[in-house]
Amino acid sequence: MDGNDGERTAAAAETSAREASVIAHILAGDRELFHELIRPYERGLYVAAYSILQNEADAEDVTQESVIKAYKGLKSFRGDAKFSTWLMAITLNEARSRLRQTKGDQLDSLDDCDEERSDYTSSVLADWRYIPSEQLERKELRKALQEAIAQLSREHREVLILRDVRGMSITETAEATGVNEGLVKVRLFRARLSMQKLLVPKLAPKQRGLMGWLTRKAGGR
Amino acid sequence: MKIDCKHVWSQVSDYIDGTVTSQEREAIEGHLANCRHCSAVMDSTRNILVLVGDARTFEVPVGFGERLHNRLQQSMDAQEPGE
Repeated sequence: MDGNDGERTAAAAETSAREASVIAHILAGDRELFHELIRPYERGLYVAAYSILQNEADAEDVTQESVIKAYKGLKSFRGDAKFSTWLMAITLNEARSRLRQTKGDQLDSLDDCDEERSDYTSSVLADWRYIPSEQLERKELRKALQEAIAQLSREHREVLILRDVRGMSITETAEATGVNEGLVKVRLFRARLSMQKLLVPKLAPKQRGLMGWLTRKAGGR
Repeated sequence: MKIDCKHVWSQVSDYIDGTVTSQEREAIEGHLANCRHCSAVMDSTRNILVLVGDARTFEVPVGFGERLHNRLQQSMDAQEPGE
């Protein structure tokens, strides 16, 4: 464990202790504090719900229902996991349940597949140029990223969003999704490589279209 | 320890997470220094994950927070927590 890990662990312990105290106050009758308790997490809950449902209205509704469910079930929160992880697990379950109601969710078997190695050519990869985060001001880049995530399986989207968008640890991701850590790592591996595979041909500078233009422009600054 | 490209690809995710052993890390870095293809796979994957993790990539709908807290308040007014 390096210094940064130590600081993160200390900060997480401090957050958990503060939240445990706030929860005790809420259960003792100071219910308005629940608004502040969930505020740091509400955006992440929406993103996770959206990643499953791929629909803004449904994601917003599911986020609202999950937060209300967490409020109603607050007494059952035992502190075994972080409050944020518990809240995320409720949201994922609500979103999966909504998906089953609307579309009939089917588990895919990608975890068992041995995906072929990247099918784009080395020349495309060799053209890769770093894309700075400032380029996210461009709607086209955000859209390309969102479309690539939408192409992943639901299971792969879930772990990618929790780990790489929300910054949750492997352990927290496993707790929130209800699968073991080994499976989280396998799904994460496949999700990340799929993202790379889907996006490199679109984003490499010599490719045609707007993304190529974007990266050429960024490189030419 | 000498490793091939396929081995490096299988470790990309764990390498990014910093969960490979020090021996494995050394072997991967030795390979990356001499393999442009694997180096590009690693760099592009990391770059894409940085972009995906940026707060600008996913926007919440306008008024999302206000609607959430209004609906929550209605529920809170009707019920104690944990009832």
